[in-house]
Amino acid sequence: MINFIPKNFQIKSNSDNFVLLKNSKKYSLMKKILTSLAVVLLALQSCKQNPSENSAGKSENAMEIKVSGETEDQKITNPPTVPAPIGDRAAKKVVVHLEATEEEGELADGVTYKFWTFNSSVPGSFIRIRVGDEVELHLKNKSNSVMPHNIDLHAVNGPGGGAEATNVAPGKEAIFNFKALNPGLFVYHCAAAPVPMHIANGMYGLILVEPAGGLAKVDKEYYIMQGEFYTKGKTDEKGLQEFDQDKGVDERPTYVVFNGKKNALMGANMLTAKVGETVRLFVGNGGPNLVSSFHVIGEIFDKVYTEGGSKYNENVQTTVIPAGGAAIVEFKVEEPGEYVLVDHSIFRAFNKGAIGKLKVTGEKNPKVYHKVQ
Amino acid sequence: MSKIIKIVLFLGGFFFLMISCENKANETRSETLTTKNFKEESINPEVKMVLIKAGKYQPFYGTDSSLVEVTDFLLDEKPVTNKEYLEFVMKNPKWKRSNVKAVFADDTYLKDWQNDETLPKNANPEAPITFVSWFSAKAYAKSAGKRLPTLDEWEYVAMSDETSQNARNKPTYSSHLINLYNQKEREKNPVKVSKPNYWGVYNMFDLVWEWTDDFNSIMTTSDSRTTEFDDKGLFCAAAGTSTTDVLNYASFMRYAFRSSLKANYTVGNLGFRCAKDLQK
Repeated sequence: MINFIPKNFQIKSNSDNFVLLKNSKKYSLMKKILTSLAVVLLALQSCKQNPSENSAGKSENAMEIKVSGETEDQKITNPPTVPAPIGDRAAKKVVVHLEATEEEGELADGVTYKFWTFNSSVPGSFIRIRVGDEVELHLKNKSNSVMPHNIDLHAVNGPGGGAEATNVAPGKEAIFNFKALNPGLFVYHCAAAPVPMHIANGMYGLILVEPAGGLAKVDKEYYIMQGEFYTKGKTDEKGLQEFDQDKGVDERPTYVVFNGKKNALMGANMLTAKVGETVRLFVGNGGPNLVSSFHVIGEIFDKVYTEGGSKYNENVQTTVIPAGGAAIVEFKVEEPGEYVLVDHSIFRAFNKGAIGKLKVTGEKNPKVYHKVQ
Repeated sequence: MSKIIKIVLFLGGFFFLMISCENKANETRSETLTTKNFKEESINPEVKMVLIKAGKYQPFYGTDSSLVEVTDFLLDEKPVTNKEYLEFVMKNPKWKRSNVKAVFADDTYLKDWQNDETLPKNANPEAPITFVSWFSAKAYAKSAGKRLPTLDEWEYVAMSDETSQNARNKPTYSSHLINLYNQKEREKNPVKVSKPNYWGVYNMFDLVWEWTDDFNSIMTTSDSRTTEFDDKGLFCAAAGTSTTDVLNYASFMRYAFRSSLKANYTVGNLGFRCAKDLQK
């Protein structure tokens, strides 16, 4: 088998060359045209390459970055908290442990659902590394799981983003290594068949690859991920709710929520900040279907790293976060009060749960905001 | 001249293809020979076998509409139980937990048994055996004078619900199964409590995943979105096909599960049942 494929390839490429040789005159003309085109393109490209201001690092030569120092075991944190910033540490080897689980949990008040998770939370544990890091990812599938699971990290360069290397039966463990070549905020998710169901049940999370030198220091960092749930019963219908495949295929979610359940970021679980602090939100969208129109009522994002990439936009009201995508938003809070996080496709917020809160405490600032009468 | 070279290259390709097919066939033959060296003491489990009538069916994999023919065969009406497997182990000590070789069963083989000859605490003897490998399931079948069902045979029987032979097109067929599959610890329940299907076969879905003889012959790529299938067992068949029914999530689950297995794996919700050719 191993012998067979390359031989076949050989034959194919031989015959291709053969045809080309036959038409060698045409070939050389083509070659000239192509070469000159390439030169023009290159020239254009170099004109464009002005150093861009709104950029937070590049991936060039990431392959060459050497890892050094002690191997780090990635600390597991529960959303909405994230591991500590990488700062200016050198690239190193990082071991990440994730466990696929299937467990019943609360989806809304009085409503339960059989979630499939990474590390028992929706979204799964936030993974935080830097460009050049070499990650050894362990994916365990809990022994009482029914299904096989795997992981596709959008931060990985390689077939299936790791899915191919990690298809793991209940009770087993898969390990694969990858080198982080591109900085950015990336989604990871399970890609086992049928993939829509694995995502719809909650198997997604975020991995942040910080640029060399790290992200700028801020006062507060939080981890939020939007996702939809498709249940047999209507929104808020009590009891254990089963997954509804038809609603999933029709893209008619029963719930659209932040962090795996209705009111996950409300009441005692509100995000908090103090007046004058800068807040950074790592916002992902697991989908499986909807694109989020992420907005914080009463705030303007000072910076948005659009689509989780290296460039930021400034002074943004609402940012689009595609399914299987993410964004980093940053804003300074000037006035105390409760700020409401929503998917501004507003029925989702009003009726299906896509709502959370950030509570800001501190001195009032009448210059910024002041009710007159 | 150029044509001749082309033809030669072409024929060369075919020649290679044939050779490699032959090699594979030889390899599998020698594998079966080595497994034959292990003689199993015969067992005689009292299990009714159900006659499954021949028919054609549309496999879940493959984009073309070619049907696969399944010939008459006999299938155990239920999965092999704890009690039956214990009997097998007693007669075939090399399949006791402490004797089994890692290449034939990994370290979770019969994991919850109290010792080599005692079922797990609180285990129902009539519940299906789990934590068994493909090798051990095959050995069991052999000692019972049977074999494991092929994937096609198993899936052919799995098309049925309680009332019809082919329930695949019923909208409830898959949705019922995916929610059933999502229930944990079903394997702790005894066999033959739920209703039999059209053929009179019990527990195709509600207790355990089941080994098939060629479990890894057609595999979804572990990355399910490409809709392509590797053909790790059908070495010389055409690859790059996809499923015939993308809405059949229950089938996706079974195929995904099979593709996560290796022959020495033992898993907590994976058992087996036996089949047999019809004697003419």
